[in-house]
Amino acid sequence: MTRPLAQSLAVGLAYRLGRLAVVLLLVAAVAFSLAKISPIDPVNAYLGDDIARVGPEQKALIAERWGLNEAPLTQFVRWAQNILQGDLGYSMIYNAPVSEVIASRFWTSLPLVGLAWLLSGILGFALGVVAGANSGSWIDRVIRVYAYVLSCAPTFWIAILLLLAFAVFLGWAPVCCAGPIGVVPEDVTFSDRLRHLALPLAALTVFGVSQVALHTRAKMIEILNLDAALYARAQGATKLDIVLRHGLRNAALPAVTILFASLGELFGGSILAEQVFSYPGLGQATVAAGIKGDVPLLLAITLCLTLFVSVGNMIADMLYRLVDPRIRDGDLLTGGDHG
Amino acid sequence: MTLLSFSGFGLSFRRYHGLLASCETPVLNDIAFTIGRGEVVALVGASGSGKSLIAHAAFGILPPNARMHGSICLDGQPVDERTLPALRGRRMALVPQSISHLEPLARCAKQLRWAARRAGRPTDRETLARHLEAFGLDGDAAKAFPHQLSGGMARRMMMAIATVGDADLLIADEPTSGLDDENAEIVLSKLRGLADQEKGVLLITHSLAAALPYADRVCLIRNGRMEGEEAACAFDGAGEGLRSAYARALWQALPQNGFQVAHHA
Repeated sequence: MTRPLAQSLAVGLAYRLGRLAVVLLLVAAVAFSLAKISPIDPVNAYLGDDIARVGPEQKALIAERWGLNEAPLTQFVRWAQNILQGDLGYSMIYNAPVSEVIASRFWTSLPLVGLAWLLSGILGFALGVVAGANSGSWIDRVIRVYAYVLSCAPTFWIAILLLLAFAVFLGWAPVCCAGPIGVVPEDVTFSDRLRHLALPLAALTVFGVSQVALHTRAKMIEILNLDAALYARAQGATKLDIVLRHGLRNAALPAVTILFASLGELFGGSILAEQVFSYPGLGQATVAAGIKGDVPLLLAITLCLTLFVSVGNMIADMLYRLVDPRIRDGDLLTGGDHG
Repeated sequence: MTLLSFSGFGLSFRRYHGLLASCETPVLNDIAFTIGRGEVVALVGASGSGKSLIAHAAFGILPPNARMHGSICLDGQPVDERTLPALRGRRMALVPQSISHLEPLARCAKQLRWAARRAGRPTDRETLARHLEAFGLDGDAAKAFPHQLSGGMARRMMMAIATVGDADLLIADEPTSGLDDENAEIVLSKLRGLADQEKGVLLITHSLAAALPYADRVCLIRNGRMEGEEAACAFDGAGEGLRSAYARALWQALPQNGFQVAHHA
């Protein structure tokens, strides 16, 4: 051990946070540029249906007032300054400050994405372990076919199939939304929430399972061919013993890493799933902001998701260093080439 | 009394050429030797001569494409898929070749406990600590992960793990590779000590000189074939007592015997 763990952790964390700041700045710059060169005219988007009642002079006036005629760099700096001060702007389509829209949408999405994340991790790991431990057997084939089919199937398609089967034909689940139609969100009961969550959650989980399962399976096969597993066999260990003591120990960390690293895909999936189920979460807000040209909301969501996914990747990377004794005792900074 | 015997033993690997054609690549042929209680038998051969495969064959941990013929018996009973589960760890134990055979993510004390449990032995803390002490390993070594041990300590830890099941037969696969003379001596005299307690020891090594002071008999392997079996005491003087020409050539080629290279078939 070259340095105390706490100290090297702190240094590593500071380094990573610095890198995160750079990533956010770059994403902000790219997203802002894309918004600038896109055909969206912020004034038209703002006016919406009122566009017919506003003349070109008035439009020019609004553009002048908003500083749209200034150099793009000046606009970017002003926008970035506002964001740093906590002002994310005003969402035109929801008629509320962007920060409020994101906060409320986030709390609706969190149970969906969070639970899907957790369930796909647990289920995927279990399936991967079973398949890897019995590689070549019929159960391995079944799990593999399942995982391949699902990893090829688009989320929205799975979502629509689920909707057809369980909401339309069987009538077990509601067709849309996060609560019964016509009930204010505050009055929705917990069981109602669960009922509305079930189908989108199933769609997202089914989507996430395959990746973790396939990775865990490959890792498991690799572990069971290592010297340590071979020696365990020579010691008289049963297959179950080897899978539990050597397999799980070695496969858990890669699985958790994949899980953290797949946060981005999960959000991508949630955008589609929320759209299909009209689930009023962050994903649906993203689509709405894109289609209706709500630039401040779109940019803010982009930044939030970047932060979320980057932090997920960062956790994945640091977890390895924290948990694996072979890496833990070395320097946290060395070898941190992917974050 | 014979503990382990290999007779007419051979091994080949099936390899595939293209989709359908397969061929058998022979690796070992005509391997025959015995180990009795109280004996250290050294199996000496160059790297790649198939020595480790003999150990793996005894434990039934060969790769799936391996084909064996001939027989391996322990106490006169055949060693096969049916009998192995009751033999591994309990009747025969393996001292692995390298540290990679230990679980990298578990502390040594835990792995010692696993080995004891797999062999059906007591797993309480005191018994295991006492067992480690016999190999000069303290609590710190027990708490360490395998990669944190020095070469000599790691080897003693593997010896401790291999002997915790109190098996009658110990097969040590290159137990001195990578060790300095002092540590190699510690390991080899431990193995000798086990044989003196009426256990059988198969010492697989590439170093004839290192094995001789501790072995009773020496089996020479070359290119996957037995090149004769000699009494360890016959490796003496100019090797007049040696039966095979290969043994004599090997003996005379040792540094202390003047590096003489004999030409023989």
